Amino acid sequence: MRGKAKEMTPEVTWQEITPGGTIYETGNAEGYKTGDWRSMRPIWIEEKCTQCMLCPPVCPDTAIPVKDSKRLDFDYDHCKGCGVCFKVCPFDAIDFIKEEDKEE
Amino acid sequence: MSIRERLSGNEAIAVAMRQINPDVVAAFPITPSTEIPQYFSQFVSNGQVQTEFVAVESEHSAMSACIGAQAAGARTMTATSANGLALMWEMLYIASAMKLPITLSCVNRALSGPLNIHNDHSDSMGARDSGWIQLYSETNQEAYDNLLQAIRIAEHKDVLLPVMVCQDGFITSHAVENIELLEDDKVKEFVGEYKPDHYLLNHKEPIAVGPLDLPAHCFEHKREQAQSMINAKKVILEAAKEFEKLTGRKYEYFEKYNLDDAEIAIVIINSSAGTAKTVADKLRDNGIKAGLLKIRMFRPFPADEIAEALKNVKALAVMDKAESYSAMGGPVGAEVKSALYGKADGIKVLNYIYGLGGRDVRADDIEEVYNSLMYIVKTGQIGETYRYIGVRG
Repeated sequence: MRGKAKEMTPEVTWQEITPGGTIYETGNAEGYKTGDWRSMRPIWIEEKCTQCMLCPPVCPDTAIPVKDSKRLDFDYDHCKGCGVCFKVCPFDAIDFIKEEDKEE
Repeated sequence: MSIRERLSGNEAIAVAMRQINPDVVAAFPITPSTEIPQYFSQFVSNGQVQTEFVAVESEHSAMSACIGAQAAGARTMTATSANGLALMWEMLYIASAMKLPITLSCVNRALSGPLNIHNDHSDSMGARDSGWIQLYSETNQEAYDNLLQAIRIAEHKDVLLPVMVCQDGFITSHAVENIELLEDDKVKEFVGEYKPDHYLLNHKEPIAVGPLDLPAHCFEHKREQAQSMINAKKVILEAAKEFEKLTGRKYEYFEKYNLDDAEIAIVIINSSAGTAKTVADKLRDNGIKAGLLKIRMFRPFPADEIAEALKNVKALAVMDKAESYSAMGGPVGAEVKSALYGKADGIKVLNYIYGLGGRDVRADDIEEVYNSLMYIVKTGQIGETYRYIGVRG
């Protein structure tokens, strides 16, 4: 029986897979990168940001990392581009652009 | 010594639930199953059980609460009927796919519309492909006995599937019959303690239940689920054997009544089997080899065993208290004919729809069915195989 997320390879057979899809560990969403679902992209404008901390708790994907009480740049591996952070920012410190318009 | 009592089918189920003393019951009232959570909530108020009773706002919530509780590691039960079962629909499939051994008492009632609260089997028959084990009960005694066995079957490590125990609304649920109950301590011993291997409240092993299951893995999970239903066949017989040791009451996949040398036979489910047995007895008295097969276990479906039991019958009538609107018969008819194919070919099979919306099923109706079978045996003429009995016009 394979019970951990990393053991759920594309080769796992029905005899080995966990009944009901249960994974015998937690925090598995971190390993599943959803950034490529994004059609809109938030851009953090650091010079306008006051570190008011309104945006990190509204992010449904915990894609705004916080360290030492300060937000860092977006975690684009997990941000789905919902735009809630853009809406909540009172200081225009987050821009919201089409994914294809991003600067490489 | 067992306890002799007089109970309605709903009372019998409520008493079984009191004796099982589950960790959680989440239920919403709907006729004719309302009395089950009503009686049970009295047991809770009286302190006769230690169950957490969750009074939910709908049946969708009832089944959702059952799923949450069972996943947390609690033995969980509920009861419903008809549109209540229909409102659980989405969650029924999730309960079985998550391998959660919830037990549900289904008091069979017509699924509206037209608006009707009386008995037929359209509710549970509609849920036949939801991945739940289904046991059917002719009498109050069978409803009680099936529910006790359901706990053992559902929670078996080779199964881990939810079980639905069905009985006929009003006919068995509200009629008081003699019944033999087990003593509380014997029930406690028979059902044992629920000890899941993996559960959400186990702080030593944090787990994730119900995660996203994309094409790379979902198919394997469905195959595993199908295996559980295959495994259930053996487990259901084992539970029945142990139950027989305890009570002397014998249960199998189905009951054969005057069937071994029968030339004509009826396949039927739930309370109408009692009516049909009376008719079969009367025909036997007149020298007619009439038999009956009463299905107890509809999911999993005992196809090989049914084909073996019916192989010597010349003409057969499969009785369906539910339409499937296939324009060719009902759900039991489809399963039985499929079971016979290639294993017991040549039997002339009629499929009758009967008793929809609570229409009384009289001995005369059943006798008419047997008479049609006798006519087929005599003449070889089968005619239309998709028939209605007891309907005007």
